[in-house]
Amino acid sequence: MKALLVGEYREGKLLESSYELIGFAQTLGAEFELFLVGSTDQLPQVDGKLHLADVAAAGEFNPALHKQLVLDAAQKAGADTIVFLHSSYGWDLAPRVALALNAAQVSEVVEAAADGYLLPACNSKLRRTVKATTDRSVVTLQVGAFMAAEPGGTPQVEELSVAAGGNTEFGGYEQAEAGEVDLGKAEVIVSAGRGVGKPENVAMIEALAKALGGEYGASRPVVDAGWVPHDRQVGTTGQVVSPKLYVACGISGAIQHLAGMKKSEFVLAINTDKDAPIAEIADVLVVADIKQFAPALTAKLVG
Amino acid sequence: MNILVCIKQVPDMESRFKVNAVGDWYDTADLAWRMNEYDEYAVEQAVQLKEQVAGADLTVLCIGGERVKETMKKALAMGCDRGVHILDEDSYQKDPYAIASLIAEFAKDKNFALIFTGLQSQDRGSAQVGGMVAELLSLPSLTTLVDFSYVDGNVSGKRELEGGTRSRVSCSAPALVTCQLGLNTPRYPTLPNIMKAKRKELLSIPAADLNPQAARLQTLSMTPPEKKGSGLILEGDPAELADRLIQLLKEKTTVLA
Repeated sequence: MKALLVGEYREGKLLESSYELIGFAQTLGAEFELFLVGSTDQLPQVDGKLHLADVAAAGEFNPALHKQLVLDAAQKAGADTIVFLHSSYGWDLAPRVALALNAAQVSEVVEAAADGYLLPACNSKLRRTVKATTDRSVVTLQVGAFMAAEPGGTPQVEELSVAAGGNTEFGGYEQAEAGEVDLGKAEVIVSAGRGVGKPENVAMIEALAKALGGEYGASRPVVDAGWVPHDRQVGTTGQVVSPKLYVACGISGAIQHLAGMKKSEFVLAINTDKDAPIAEIADVLVVADIKQFAPALTAKLVG
Repeated sequence: MNILVCIKQVPDMESRFKVNAVGDWYDTADLAWRMNEYDEYAVEQAVQLKEQVAGADLTVLCIGGERVKETMKKALAMGCDRGVHILDEDSYQKDPYAIASLIAEFAKDKNFALIFTGLQSQDRGSAQVGGMVAELLSLPSLTTLVDFSYVDGNVSGKRELEGGTRSRVSCSAPALVTCQLGLNTPRYPTLPNIMKAKRKELLSIPAADLNPQAARLQTLSMTPPEKKGSGLILEGDPAELADRLIQLLKEKTTVLA
């Protein structure tokens, strides 16, 4: 395998997750070169060739142009495998590159197997092993699935020339409004998932959190439904937390949620479904309906 | 103005999944089927656009066996004007490229000003089809939108990035957008609209008529995840469970000290 690793750069910074790409290549023992739309003062610390396009010319968001730059670098590197992170940058760019190369795309790889790649399916309740039938392939890696390489080394920079181009406009970033709570500081977090059933039931999660001396949070569907404000969302698009105790109430455990809480010291899951992916990382799974169990537990704790 | 929204029928993710006899997909027996959640946001946004633009015509497209018509009826009841069912009983064997090729082949001469898809499907989660359809049709695409607006041929929106950050993006129509969860609040079909939907056109096209392309990905196997089984499982009466759990939290954590 000769891999081209597509690093990420946002708001003037190289993203740490870029080192996971290097970790992946090292795990496979693959020869690799790097690609980055970035800046010479934010270079990844790694030995090897880096195809660098100046972000001042290429912009942080210009997928049509970035596609062309990746293709240029892939050709120079003689790469047969183009590797992205399965992130908002990677999943946007990967299909564009795959089509241009007439290459298969393998999305959200969690493990490289002898005969192909392993991917999650059906909310991680199943796993698929797939292989590309094309000579070249485009791969996106699940964030967190591969151990990040330790930074160290100096890349040999090859500047890519950037021609004007693109069919989209970028109008800047917006940050989530700072909310009333910083879940990152809480020692105990009790989170509500879809299993709480209705907005009125969020109160029982809040009560349990209070009884345990912590804060309440929520999974994405509960936030999207408007039952809980966004600043309490745990997961990749919300907050990444690592409290002493995390209580997942009626949360099945979508990958995006697990990535936001799996570093918690102790995970208690309360769920009616023993097969839910949350069970895989829970230290204790209480098989119960959260609507009955939360009030029972709160009563014992305050009683 | 012609608008297209592409949807997929998927199993309810709360289902208990079993691997099929061949071992290359899940067993489709005894599953409850529904519209892919991401696509519900796509349908809602497409219907809102149709309501905004006088004279707009909204087509909903779905690929799959006879079973997917039920899901298409929901999209019609939500406000799509007509349905195009690309009939393919073995669509699960097609990879995202093969699926995108069918959609592009259908759409290429229909002058769609806007094409909506979900960001990804809940069963495969590849997040490839939308982007590939746009590339095959040489359209600009904006993906992962949590905000959308259309004014005089200009499409603008916000992409959801990681950690609560969003980026403001725009392009000119014709264009394709992929919809992230939370983009809007998908409507529930009303009874009169469900009745009306039964009379809407639902055209069926065999996939074989749309110049099908060979898949570039092959599924070698599907397996249940390895059970790590390290966690303790507690079952029984809620009050008793609560006592046992409190004891356990006292032993294993410092939060109840």
